[in-house]
Amino acid sequence: MQTEINPEVITQKTHKKRKRWGIHLFPIPALVIYGMFIVYPLVAALAYSFYDWKGIKKGAFIGLENYKNLFTAEPFSGMFWNAFGHNFLYFAVQMVVQNGLAFFLAFIIYQKIRGAEFFKLAYFLPRLLSVIVVGFLWKLILNPNFGALNVLLGKMGLENLKKAWLGDPDTALLAIILVNCWFGIGFAVLIFLAGFQAIPKELIEAGRLDGAKGFTMIRTIMLPLMMPSITIMTVLTFIQSFEAFELVYAMQGSQGEPYRSTDTLAVYFYRLAFGGSTGDSTAIGLGSALAVVLFIFISIVTAFYLKSMQKKQVEM
Amino acid sequence: MKQTIWTKPIYYIVAFLFASISLYPIILMILSSFKPNMEIMMSPLSLPKSFSLQTYQNLLDRVPFMTYFYNSVFVSVVSVLLILITTSLAAFYIARYTFWWNNVLFFIFLMGMMIPIKLGIVPLFMLMKDLGLTNSLWSLILMYTATGIPLSILILTGFFRTMPAELEEAARIDGATDLRILWNVVLPLMRPALGTVMIINFIQSWNDFFFPLIFITDDLKKTIPVGMLSLFGEYSADWGALFAGLTLSSLPMMILFFIASKQFMEGLTAGAVK
Repeated sequence: MQTEINPEVITQKTHKKRKRWGIHLFPIPALVIYGMFIVYPLVAALAYSFYDWKGIKKGAFIGLENYKNLFTAEPFSGMFWNAFGHNFLYFAVQMVVQNGLAFFLAFIIYQKIRGAEFFKLAYFLPRLLSVIVVGFLWKLILNPNFGALNVLLGKMGLENLKKAWLGDPDTALLAIILVNCWFGIGFAVLIFLAGFQAIPKELIEAGRLDGAKGFTMIRTIMLPLMMPSITIMTVLTFIQSFEAFELVYAMQGSQGEPYRSTDTLAVYFYRLAFGGSTGDSTAIGLGSALAVVLFIFISIVTAFYLKSMQKKQVEM
Repeated sequence: MKQTIWTKPIYYIVAFLFASISLYPIILMILSSFKPNMEIMMSPLSLPKSFSLQTYQNLLDRVPFMTYFYNSVFVSVVSVLLILITTSLAAFYIARYTFWWNNVLFFIFLMGMMIPIKLGIVPLFMLMKDLGLTNSLWSLILMYTATGIPLSILILTGFFRTMPAELEEAARIDGATDLRILWNVVLPLMRPALGTVMIINFIQSWNDFFFPLIFITDDLKKTIPVGMLSLFGEYSADWGALFAGLTLSSLPMMILFFIASKQFMEGLTAGAVK
């Protein structure tokens, strides 16, 4: 391959001239695709939210009417806050169960236990499945009559714990969130493990000489140094929780069954955008307003959190 | 929490417990796919009594799985190729030249990592309709290329910046064009980073279910994840075929994972750790 450069040498002069212009073409393909399919849709959604829509036909400019309806008119405002609460629970449970457990598991692997590679592999494996496969698989496992979980509980003599996990409004949302934790824990373990491994060995040694052990060691030396990976996991979990869609859709459909007890903002948005919420037609204006609100909410919270974490790190 | 004689055993017990929680559902899925329906219902936890591929036959009779498979392969491979081409060009430009707008450009691309693009799905749907791309695999290819660009540019730019520029300068003195320097000199040295970009984006496009749900209604244009949606919608009683479908959808990715698990785990966390 290297020999192909030789003919170039002969025509060096013409190339030198062309080079200055040609180089600016390099970022163009990426920029065009990115602009068209990432930037444009978000700007367009903002524009859509100011219009009245009849089906998929754009009507008159109505200013902030869609936003007003989203927050004051029923059933829209009720559905919004119902879904918002679910998204918040999604975030809280994932932070505690998924990230909390992952932190501990990463710490265990960091202790150089035998089979560390196997454990990493095992925790990570679910992450490779498509979310729809995860949802359907667990729907079968959680089936009240023939599902593996209830059969297992019966075999262990825990008959009274058997439940229609996904049919009961009290357990359905929690079941979905825990399935999400099952899916995501391996990724969190790897992030935290990378965090642990980045802690300078000298610091741990110094701590040990000063007599820090076990929990004190984690709290006073490791935790502050783990803040970058904790920050990253918090942001990723936050964004992912507030755009949760696929798993709910796979396990409970676009209505957030039963009785909207598993509805999330993204599922609600899907109903508004593609029908099924008011029974007959789509509500693109309302849907776009919801998308803009959610987008602004996610961006502002993320930005504020990252800012405050940055400040803290500087202080340390 | 003092380090006692019990500490290590407790570590092992916890680690094993969660490893089995992670693995058991997947093992269950694979084992159940070899059982007839009656056996799945009567004894869901036991090993299959006999090894039979009947469920897989049923699956193939019910849905055009091989078509889904072909579509998934086509979409993933073309998306990954497009991402590799567009982002190595863009990252090379950002990392190797010092025009004042390069930082702005880099920042604009990175913003994409924070954008929940699902929220732009209505305008995207209209755009695909205007382009005549609904019910076309190209709608998916364009989406996966677009969503893959930010993270890929981050990874490649980071890698370009760690590479010494002497080789390129030598080639430049020899009169090579920028494109030729990138192709013949730089890219061969970039294999690890290109591998990471490939893996991340392959998983993304192979597993995605959201975009085909919106853009594709023609059964013969479906990728595996939406194909599963039709299977579960229409044949929800045939558990054997359902488990076979789930297993077959996940198998290619799992095989790749066992071949290159290290690259997979490093690849998927690469963006976050940086």
